Amino acid sequence: MYKYDEIDQAIVDERVAQYRDQTRRYLAGELTDEEFRPLRLQNGLYIQRHAPMLRIAVPYGMLSSRQLHKLADIAARYDRGYGHFSTRQNLQLNWPKLEDVPDILAELATVQMHAIQTSGNCIRNITTDQFAGIAPDEIIDPRAVAEIMRQWSTFHPEFALLPRKFKIAVSGTKQDRAIVQAHDIGLEFYRDSDNKMAIKVWVGGGLGRTPILGSVIREHLEWQHVLTYCEAIIRVYNLHGRRDNAYKARIKILVKALGIDEFRKQVEAEWAYLKDSPNTITEAELQRVAQYFTKMPYDTLPAHDASFDSAIASNPAFAAWVKRSVHAHQQPGYRAVTLSLKPHGRAPGDATSEQMHVVADLAEKYSFGELRVSHEQNLILADVRLSDLFSIWEQARAAGLATPNIGLLTDIICCPGGDFCSLANAKSIPIAEAIQQQFDNLDYLHDIGDIELNISGCMNACGHHHIGHIGILGVDKDGSEWYQVTIGGKQGNDASIGTVIGPSFAAEEMPGVVQRLIDVYLQERTEEERFIDTVRRIGVAPFKAHVYAKKEAAHV
Amino acid sequence: MSNLILGTSIVEDEWNLVRLPVLGEETVRKQAGKVVLFKLTGEKTYSEEQIAATVIPATGKILAPLSLWIARRGELESRLAAGELAIWLDTHEVLADLVSAFDDINQLPLIAVHVERFADGRIFSIGNLLRTRHGYQNTLRAFGDVLRDQLFFLKRCGFDSYLIRADRSAEDALASLKDFSQPYQGAVDDKQPVWRRVSRQPASQP
Repeated sequence: MYKYDEIDQAIVDERVAQYRDQTRRYLAGELTDEEFRPLRLQNGLYIQRHAPMLRIAVPYGMLSSRQLHKLADIAARYDRGYGHFSTRQNLQLNWPKLEDVPDILAELATVQMHAIQTSGNCIRNITTDQFAGIAPDEIIDPRAVAEIMRQWSTFHPEFALLPRKFKIAVSGTKQDRAIVQAHDIGLEFYRDSDNKMAIKVWVGGGLGRTPILGSVIREHLEWQHVLTYCEAIIRVYNLHGRRDNAYKARIKILVKALGIDEFRKQVEAEWAYLKDSPNTITEAELQRVAQYFTKMPYDTLPAHDASFDSAIASNPAFAAWVKRSVHAHQQPGYRAVTLSLKPHGRAPGDATSEQMHVVADLAEKYSFGELRVSHEQNLILADVRLSDLFSIWEQARAAGLATPNIGLLTDIICCPGGDFCSLANAKSIPIAEAIQQQFDNLDYLHDIGDIELNISGCMNACGHHHIGHIGILGVDKDGSEWYQVTIGGKQGNDASIGTVIGPSFAAEEMPGVVQRLIDVYLQERTEEERFIDTVRRIGVAPFKAHVYAKKEAAHV
Repeated sequence: MSNLILGTSIVEDEWNLVRLPVLGEETVRKQAGKVVLFKLTGEKTYSEEQIAATVIPATGKILAPLSLWIARRGELESRLAAGELAIWLDTHEVLADLVSAFDDINQLPLIAVHVERFADGRIFSIGNLLRTRHGYQNTLRAFGDVLRDQLFFLKRCGFDSYLIRADRSAEDALASLKDFSQPYQGAVDDKQPVWRRVSRQPASQP
C-alpha cells in the first residue's frame, strides 16, 4: 500500500499544527461556534448527541497492521475502547473530547493517517472495491489513481468550500462493488480498444434525501486527464450548485436541473481550457505511485491444499464460515477473507480495541501486514494462503469475528443512528439487533441466501438504504420514531433504487415485517433466485400484500 | 490600524468602497422555514433605484460595484482613465458580465470579490478564472467575511490582497498564508503539482 514520503508527512504534520491552533482559538473564544464549525467538519469532527464524533480517513479502505494497532490504542486511550467502521470505509470514534482531538491527530500522523476532509462540504475520502488488486474479475487496479486523486483533492484550494459534500468512487472490475453510480463522481476503469487504461465517468449519483443513480458524462476518458476532467466538473458545480437550500445543494440536483446534455456541454467547455494543464498526470507519477500497489510477494502454490480440503470435510462449522467468508483470488492457492463485524445482537460495524489488535495481528501474520475495510462494514484480509484459513478461523472465532453471515440477512449495513448521531430521526442499531435476533438461526439464514439489508436512521442515507434489497429508513412522525421499508434496491452494474412498500412501521413491528418479506420470497422463489431476483420478477405487490395483510388473514 | 493585507504586508487601504444604498427594509428570504443564507449564481439582488441613488465620490480612488459601472458608465469613464476606478463584484454575480464590460480588464488596477459568508467557496473559482482564463494581472482582493482560515486557499486561487473582517486581527492572519509548505496540486500561485515541482522518490518501508 502507499507509504508517505517527506512531502506527505509534512502535509499531515502541518495539518495537525493548523488544527491545533484552530482548536486553541475556538477554546479561547476567538472563533464562534458558527465559525469553528466548517473548520472542525473539514477535519471530521461532528458535535453529536453525547460527545463529538471523530471520523478518521481510511483512504480507499486500506490499512496496515501498524495503523490498526494505532487505531486500537487511540480508541482505548481517548474513547471507550471501540470504534465504528462506516459505509464510507472510514473509522468513527463516538466519544472523543474536543480538546483531545489535536493530540489524536498527532498520534494518527505518526502512522501516516489523518482525518482531513472526512466531513464538511469538500471532496471526501475516495472509496473503492475492498477486493481491489486481487479480485479475479478485475480489469484495472484503480488504487494508484485513487491515491493520486487523494493527494490532488487534499486541500484543493478551489474546492475547499463546495455547496455540499462531494464523494468520488473508483472501480476497475467487471462487477461493480464500489457503487460508482451512487456517487457524485463515479470512475469506472476499463481497457479501451487500444488496450490503454481508460475511464467511463459517471456523475450526479447519490442517495440521501433525493436518491438518483448517476448518468454517464463521458464514455471514454484517458487516465492522464482524470484530475483536470474532475476539476472541470467540480468547477461548474462550485459556481452553479445551489447554496440557497442545503437539501438541493448536491451536484445531482444541478445535473438533474440542467439535464445531463447541458451539464456535459458546460463541463466540456470548461475542460477545453483545463485539458493538458500541469495537473495532467504524467506516466512517471503514475508509475511512482503504482509501485506501492504491485502484487504481493506470493509463493507459488498449488490450486488446492489437502489440509484445507480435509478441514472442510470434517468440520461443518468451518465449512459454513468458508462458504460465506472466503472469496476467490487472482493468485492460485490464495484467498481473501472477510472478518464479520456483524455478530448477532451487536452494533453493525463496531470493533473493540481488542478485536482491532487481533485483526492487526492476523494481518501481520497471514496477509502481508495489510487489511481493508469494506463499505459493507466488515474487515478483509486480502492475501491469505488456503493452508492458513483454518488457523485464521479459529483465532477469529475466539475474538468474535467469525460469524458466518457475510452476504446473508444478518450482515446488516447500518449507520450509527439515533443512539449517537444528532442528525438521525430514529435509532437504527436496535432495529438491526432485533432483526439479527429474529433470524438467529444459521441454517435458516443460509437457506434464505444472498441478501442485503440496509438501515439508515435518517434521509442522509449513511446506511445506503435505497440500494438495499431490503432498505429500512428511520423517519420522524410527530416526534416518535417510525420505519419506512423499501425493497428492490441493488448495488452493482445493474443498480436500482428500492420502492417504498407502504406506510411506515413502529420499531417493534420491524422484525415481523422482515419475516413476512422473507416468507413471500421463500414461497415464490425459483431454485436459482436470490431475494432481489424474485422481487424483480414478481414485483413489489405480493410482498406489500402479505406485509399489510390483516393479522387474522396471515394465519389462514 | 488597517486590516488590509497586500502580499504579505499590512497596508493602508487607498480605495474608497462604494456600496449600493439600502432603500427601505431588506426582506429576509426563507425556504422551508430556514433563512436563506446564500444567493444563487446570477440572481439579481439590486434595483435600478438603488443604482440611481448611489452617490459617487467626486474625487479620489473609488472601488465601485460592477452594477454601477454597467448602468452609469458615462459618469465613471474619466475615473477609469485616471486610474481611479476599481471594481468589486459579489460571489453570486456572473464573471462574464465583468469581463464583457471592459475592453481590457487590466485597465482596472484592482478587482475585489465580496464574500458574504465564509462558507461561500465560489470566490475561489472566481479568483482562479480571473487569473487563468481572463489574464487579470493586477491586484485581486477578497473582502467581506474574510477570516484567516481562508487565506491559504485564497492565495492559491490567485488572490494577493485580503481585507480581514474588522473584528479580527490581520496581523494574526498573516501566519495562515504559510499553513502548508508544499501543497499537492497545481493551482494559480504555483501551476505545477508537487510531482512536477520536486523529485519524489518511493519512500523506504517504515
